Amino acid sequence: MASIIEIKGLTKRYASGFEALKGVDLNIEEGEIFALLGPNGAGKTTMISIICGIARASGGSVTVAGHDIVRDYRGARTAIGLVPQELHTDQFEQVIDTVRLSRGLFGLPRNDAYVEKILRDLSLWDKRNNRIIELSGGMKRRVMIAKALSHEPRVLFLDEPTAGVDVELRRDMWKLIGELRQTGVTIILTTHYIEEAEEMADRVGVINKGALMLVEEKTALMKKLGKKTLTVVLADPMKAVPAELAEWHVTLHADGHEMEYIFDTQAERTGVSSLLRKLGDLGIGYKDLNTKQSSLEDIFVSLVHQEKAV
Amino acid sequence: MSLQNFHAIASIYKFELHRFRRTWLTGLLVPVITTTLYFVVFGGAIGSRMTEVDGIAYGAFIVPGLIMMSMLTESIFNASFGIYMPKYSGTIYELLSAPISATETVIAYVGAAATKSLMVGTIIFLTAHLFVDIHVAHPFAMAGFMILIAISFCLFGFILGIWAQGFEQLQVIPLLVVTPLTFLGGAFYSVHMLADPWRTMTLFNPIVYLISGFRWTFFGRGDVGIEYSLAFVAAMLILCIAIIGWMFRTGYRLKK
Repeated sequence: MASIIEIKGLTKRYASGFEALKGVDLNIEEGEIFALLGPNGAGKTTMISIICGIARASGGSVTVAGHDIVRDYRGARTAIGLVPQELHTDQFEQVIDTVRLSRGLFGLPRNDAYVEKILRDLSLWDKRNNRIIELSGGMKRRVMIAKALSHEPRVLFLDEPTAGVDVELRRDMWKLIGELRQTGVTIILTTHYIEEAEEMADRVGVINKGALMLVEEKTALMKKLGKKTLTVVLADPMKAVPAELAEWHVTLHADGHEMEYIFDTQAERTGVSSLLRKLGDLGIGYKDLNTKQSSLEDIFVSLVHQEKAV
Repeated sequence: MSLQNFHAIASIYKFELHRFRRTWLTGLLVPVITTTLYFVVFGGAIGSRMTEVDGIAYGAFIVPGLIMMSMLTESIFNASFGIYMPKYSGTIYELLSAPISATETVIAYVGAAATKSLMVGTIIFLTAHLFVDIHVAHPFAMAGFMILIAISFCLFGFILGIWAQGFEQLQVIPLLVVTPLTFLGGAFYSVHMLADPWRTMTLFNPIVYLISGFRWTFFGRGDVGIEYSLAFVAAMLILCIAIIGWMFRTGYRLKK
């Protein structure tokens, strides 16, 4: 796959001296969903703002679809649709008018059929003549997505698409993003909800304090850094962990009916077989075994912790 | 100068005019009522006791000044509001992220604001006909002068809109500077009617040159020569364009 966005040594230093980005290098592949994960203030929005032309970089370069964002801003920006984090809308205007305005702003002639298709896809068609101020928060977010899609962009930036959105709407949003991806649009989303990245992304980048800490295929990342939990469902409930099992640091759950052991899948010895052998030696019977992959959240927390330790 | 995204210019222009259309009733009624009030007070009540000014009936004499006064206020207000509102509501993100050059942005916003202020000027001109006989000596010069004034003061308003960081700042220059200068700029009297040192001091008021120039297009004479008026408008245009150019180049209060 070809890179649709190439970021080289991107830095941003504010007048206050604060370094929001400290030399970020990143390539985004065409057609992927890339999740940029990081705590608040990590530099996610700053990075998007620079790529989209809202903020200026202090150093480094970015190309979008082969166009430099400064020298050839028209080419770069034409390829981009942006949905910012905050709900910025023309409150007193009608939905369809603002979507048409967006299309025109990006240099395309009026196309009512296309605008209708977008509004229908986003379940906004019935609201097309409503003033935006009359819409709910979720609907306003959809209007902003409609505006971003109105000029048929190749890349869509979604800055915290589900921040402050209820669970049901979040599910809707995920479904929508999945559908957009089917149309071939490259999607870059920022989030501090790990669940979101885990649900949708092909690749995940973790950013903290202005530096990209890692970029990895989501599945590879989870495999590489993931820990697994082995749950042993005991035949007979146990009151305390026998001293013989101390070296495995197992814990008891469900009133002593279950024993949990956390192991590193990358370790030379996972300790699983030795634990099971030991259980047999001790005459502890079990009815069932299952292992569970740890979530991105665990990975993320351990990464940010590593950073703190350094 | 970079001009190619004509769809963007047309879209912004239409969108802005649409915004005005939403409030067209107040937009049109206010100038009509204001003009009528001025004519009742100055033309009727006071004007009837006055002799001619510079050989022109007083009622007719104040027409150019009235048009100019409303157009200056309208131009500054419309243009500053047009660019300040997206900044205030946050929708400016879309303008900044669109493939549109500074020149295109200015043409669209200033064009829309100037269009509205020209409409207001025309309405006042027509309303004035209900009260006094006006014969315009140089109709083409009058139209041209109105267009120049609308554009230059919309540019000025655009600068204010970018500069302003709150509604108070948006109002302060029009209310504290432009309105007083217009009143003292010979809208209701001829500069020749003043005694020195006021007369000399008045010549430092830039609005005098505008009203005088506009009056020249009506009656063929003004307080100062038409060439001074034109020079002043040209200087203002160039200065505003230079400031706006600098604002976009540096991203002043637009980009982080």
